Amino acid sequence: MSAPVELDRDRLVWMYEQMLRIREFEERVKRTFIEHPGVIRGHTHLADGAEASIVGSIATLGPQDQFFATYRCHGYPLARGTDPKAMMAEIYGRKDGLCKGIGGSMHLADPSNGFLGTSGIVAAGIPHATGAAWAAQIRGQGQVVLCFFGDGASKQGAFSESLNIASLWKLPIVYVMENNGYNVHTRTEQEDANRAHGEDLSVKARAFSMPGVTIDGRDPIVVYETVGAAVARARSGEGPTLVESQMYRLSAHGNIIAPPGVPLHFPEHEAIEKFGAPEEYEAALQGDPVPAFRGRLVADGALTADEADTIAARVRDEMQAAVTFGLESPFPAVESALEFVYA
Amino acid sequence: MAHELPFIAAIDEAIRLEMERDDTVLYFGQNMATTENEPYVDAFGKDRVRVTPISETAEIGMAIGAAMAGFRPVVELYMAEFMLVAMDQVINEAPRFRAMSGGQVKVPLVLKAGFGFTAGWAGQHTGTIGAMFMGVPGLKVVMPSTAADAKGLMATAIRDDNPVVYLHHYLLTLEHGEVPDGEYLVPFGEAAIRREGSDVTIVATGWTVDRALGAAEQLASEGIQVEVIDPRTLAPLDTHTILESVDKTGRLVLVDQATRHASAATVIAGEVAEHGFSSLKAPIVQVTALDATIPYSEPLEAWVMPNEDKIVAAVQRVVGAAPVTA
Repeated sequence: MSAPVELDRDRLVWMYEQMLRIREFEERVKRTFIEHPGVIRGHTHLADGAEASIVGSIATLGPQDQFFATYRCHGYPLARGTDPKAMMAEIYGRKDGLCKGIGGSMHLADPSNGFLGTSGIVAAGIPHATGAAWAAQIRGQGQVVLCFFGDGASKQGAFSESLNIASLWKLPIVYVMENNGYNVHTRTEQEDANRAHGEDLSVKARAFSMPGVTIDGRDPIVVYETVGAAVARARSGEGPTLVESQMYRLSAHGNIIAPPGVPLHFPEHEAIEKFGAPEEYEAALQGDPVPAFRGRLVADGALTADEADTIAARVRDEMQAAVTFGLESPFPAVESALEFVYA
Repeated sequence: MAHELPFIAAIDEAIRLEMERDDTVLYFGQNMATTENEPYVDAFGKDRVRVTPISETAEIGMAIGAAMAGFRPVVELYMAEFMLVAMDQVINEAPRFRAMSGGQVKVPLVLKAGFGFTAGWAGQHTGTIGAMFMGVPGLKVVMPSTAADAKGLMATAIRDDNPVVYLHHYLLTLEHGEVPDGEYLVPFGEAAIRREGSDVTIVATGWTVDRALGAAEQLASEGIQVEVIDPRTLAPLDTHTILESVDKTGRLVLVDQATRHASAATVIAGEVAEHGFSSLKAPIVQVTALDATIPYSEPLEAWVMPNEDKIVAAVQRVVGAAPVTA
């Protein structure tokens, strides 16, 4: 696989800022449950812990490329340039939301930025991304599609069916499997035959005769180089790659599931709440990709501590503005519920 | 004797009692039985209680195979929409084998799934899709509205020799009710009359039963006596009780959280139009969800849903207290 574009200092700092923006956005979402009870409804899933993988992957895309994600979908559009104000307003169900308040947290879409639409059903987005890659192949303009999904999704038929066709048709797509160790509340080794046999999940690629690679998804440069090489391969017509990006989800799967009237909040991570393994969670915190990357950039001289603090302050202000904007945006007119049923 | 339980715990009680009674009952699904100290694992062991990957086609397909091989699986699906991932297994496999084998095999299984979670769960986790299954010969469809029925219908579902789609409404999860102690079976195909009345019949299902009872209370103060019928099972459907009530009242309002043409209401309307036409003094009125993908935003979600006010208005229309409009 050919190497992607070399990362210069500005690009590295940009990557750090995007990681921080995702972390700060997700923190604000989480805090909303406490600071503004009732504003966020339903089920919300956060990307903290996945920032390096998200940014390292999205950074490989060209302007015409596209991507699909899962219900845990806040991070990708942020790194791609979607307005966090519109995203927060969507998560608050408001008129100025990215999807006009109709989609909510699980269904973000920003086609103008290559983010065509998000399914909340596990693995459902994999064939959608594969279809978009087929469209790209037909168009013949060198576009590539990134398909993000979780380790749990790889046990759906939609995963196997899609990867087979993508390999068979040499579609321009990269499958980024974010393995955060848990499918909802179930540990990977409890539901994945490869993991249970001590193998990485990227071995699944073998069944479809495509390259499969497992990487440390907490290192944005490793992610960038690996996904970048796979994107270059896809763009050159050589077909798909499966990248298993290993990480640790730093929040619980989602906020508690409860009927109206019960205040929603984020419980402790499953390692603590369910499996009684706080040491596992503590170890994961030690590997938190956001402070780790900051430390690395400062140590390498790419960033001074002052510059890093300036970035942090800017990001905090930006996400505070997103919260304020979301809270101040009115609810949509109720009739808009019927406006977008058909095209 | 009875005891008070939340709706969801009443279902649980039935599954536990049936598993104690019959060791061919299996219980499996995603995100359950992942630790040794979970009560089901503790009580019944990991042969009978098991976590699965996120693989609905295999989960439901394997339930069919295990059922054909002599077991009685209960599949925990959480969300009714997750059955759609395995639509072939639910609609074109499980209910077919009895007939296709000329009565040689049976497929006794229960697909347990919550539905209708209009609490901000937006477009893909809020559907009321029970009616999708009610026209499939060979399949039974259960939709309890009280904790007691939740228990009694689950026990009956597990003992039934056919595939049963057991749909419990998520908004009822923590609603408490009196539940009979010990073995308790509610027969399929027997509607419950939740309130007697002489002026108008309302048929409501799931979460809308309580909305209909609330509307009936309100209407009673206007002198309108409403009878509220809860079919409890969509398949088999107790049309007899509904027709008897319409014969008495002459007026019918159907309440359903599904969208109009995908609702049980529309099926019931057809049955009453055909078999109860001469009893009707006014057109049948249906109060359903509006034809929309359920929106996330709270006021929009509320607007597309049936509610007490819409039911009251519908009853006023059929008694002539408000003009009948299309």
